[in-house]
Amino acid sequence: MKYLRWLVIIPYFCLATLPLCWLFLTSLKTQEAAISPTASLIPSTAENTAPGSLSFSATLDAYRKLATPHTGKAHAFFHYLFNSVIIGLLSTLTSVVLGTGCAYGFSRFRIAGARDWLFFILSTRFLPPLAVVVPVLMMYRVFNLPNTHLGLILLYTAFNLSLAVWLMKGFIDEIPRAYEEAALVDGYSPLQAFYKIILPHSATGMAVTAVFCLISAWNEYGFALALNNAEAVTVPVYFAGLQGNIQGIPWPKIAAGVLIFVVPIAIFTVLVRNHLLRGVTFGTIKQ
Amino acid sequence: MNNSFLKIDNLSKNYGETPALSDISLSLHTEELLVILGPTGAGKTTLLRIIAGLEAADTGRITIDGTDITHQLPAERDIALVFQNFSLYPNKTVRQNLAFPLQAPGRNLSKTEIANRISHTADLLRITPLLDRPATHLSGGEMQRVAIGRAIVRQPQLFLLDEPLTNLDAKLREVLRVELIRLQRDLRTPMIYVTHDRVEALSMGDRIAVLSEGKILQIGTPEEIYQQPNSPIVARQLGYPPINTIDVHKQQNQWFTASNQAIMTADRNAPSNATLGIRAEDISPQGGEIPAIIEVIEDLGASTILLANWAGQSIQISISGEQQWHVGDEIYPSIDLDRVLVWEKKQPQMNTDEHR
Repeated sequence: MKYLRWLVIIPYFCLATLPLCWLFLTSLKTQEAAISPTASLIPSTAENTAPGSLSFSATLDAYRKLATPHTGKAHAFFHYLFNSVIIGLLSTLTSVVLGTGCAYGFSRFRIAGARDWLFFILSTRFLPPLAVVVPVLMMYRVFNLPNTHLGLILLYTAFNLSLAVWLMKGFIDEIPRAYEEAALVDGYSPLQAFYKIILPHSATGMAVTAVFCLISAWNEYGFALALNNAEAVTVPVYFAGLQGNIQGIPWPKIAAGVLIFVVPIAIFTVLVRNHLLRGVTFGTIKQ
Repeated sequence: MNNSFLKIDNLSKNYGETPALSDISLSLHTEELLVILGPTGAGKTTLLRIIAGLEAADTGRITIDGTDITHQLPAERDIALVFQNFSLYPNKTVRQNLAFPLQAPGRNLSKTEIANRISHTADLLRITPLLDRPATHLSGGEMQRVAIGRAIVRQPQLFLLDEPLTNLDAKLREVLRVELIRLQRDLRTPMIYVTHDRVEALSMGDRIAVLSEGKILQIGTPEEIYQQPNSPIVARQLGYPPINTIDVHKQQNQWFTASNQAIMTADRNAPSNATLGIRAEDISPQGGEIPAIIEVIEDLGASTILLANWAGQSIQISISGEQQWHVGDEIYPSIDLDRVLVWEKKQPQMNTDEHR
């Protein structure tokens, strides 16, 4: 059994990390090495390496170049990374806050037609998001929202909210009412009981919800492309825009940028991974 | 009854079409321990939750010391409730659990006052060594002590306890029962104690209110309830083994069973249709005229319960542990006629049964 486990884990691990390793190697290469027809796998400190050999001379040039604007672009990579961070974090925060409040309402109060409302909320996810890109764009024009951070934050919040409400409702349903009731009897108002009891107990659910919301906002491409051509361009759109450049495709630079782009989300996921694990098994453990 | 502290008038509550409580009226005196006794589903917990303010009654009024609290928030009532399932805050230590009610915004207690009250309460309940343990690392008995502590530490004007000992094992239940009685005497705070356990009811209550199907059937001291239950339902709530009840009708000053067998003489003033209540300890296995066959013997140590078939009725007889009987033995049960309870049976009741 033990070996069987590793037999599954190791190949999967390799498969999952192979693209990341390749990205890392490419980010250390020069443009020539990156597009060379022979694959070189071993970074070396030597100035020149024999053509066709397995090693290549490693350089951090690609990372340095990220700080200067690419030809034809108004800003350097970090400007777009900053956009991604602002939009990702704010939309995640809004989704989790609104989702938790909404889920609490559905979980604890009698709401006329609650099931229908919940179904309606879920139904907003039935549609492929890109199907509504044209109407959204037209609406946004009226309110001057294209090319703004606010536009994307609103949009991602709207799309993630249904997930947030459903996830959080599941978590809040699992918190025994008795805890809140104990707090009410102990002298707390319903709102104070929400802050003191529900919020700490649903931290796990909020972490899980936040991961899902952040990942989906962070990686979103279609709307970010359709609604922006300047101010609020995010990293995925920025990289896609580099492809048709006159200098050829700057692979090392893209690889370096993508690595930097992946790191925050990886760190975030690792930070909340204990919560994630608990979150997935939540409810299977009888208290 | 001028010193009534809590008064409940004509309280009713329905869940949809199902009535949970109908027309409940009772009063609680200062320093009194009132036990509400009833089977599962009688509405005991609902009544407590309405008094605590966790649920609203459909009709009726609750006053404490003359103040109408019917529509007050739970936080405004200054009533402590101990839940059946303990409901300690799982992410807090014992100390934090005890501190939580004291830190409520309305209370404005200083840090030293809070610390003093916690240590005093912990001493009282002997949970001082547990104070810094997480609430989840406690045994059932310890959890219930902390839950009681969380109620006491507030010094509320009224305690409500919802089957606080039900989830504990038998031995612990007895220890805590005695402690609770002592505690209530010391604190002199009025208490409503809900239970389905007849032993708890008899041993703890100053008075007992018997609740069944959302109605209060009888309120009285344990002696009154035990000796003069006003209905078979009340009588069945108390005593072990449960009281023997036999449906009878009167003919020529004799009680006849449904199978028309005369079993004992009836009082001249007795109603023509009645239910007789005979406690198991008021029957002795010998000295009677009608034979019975022992079917089951339940040995309880100090006493033994015989289940016998007597005059077409299954009856239970409680005898002292030393007597030796065997299954299949023929006995002649004799009944202490002075102690037989007679409840008039109204004729239409049979019809209503048919309608259901």
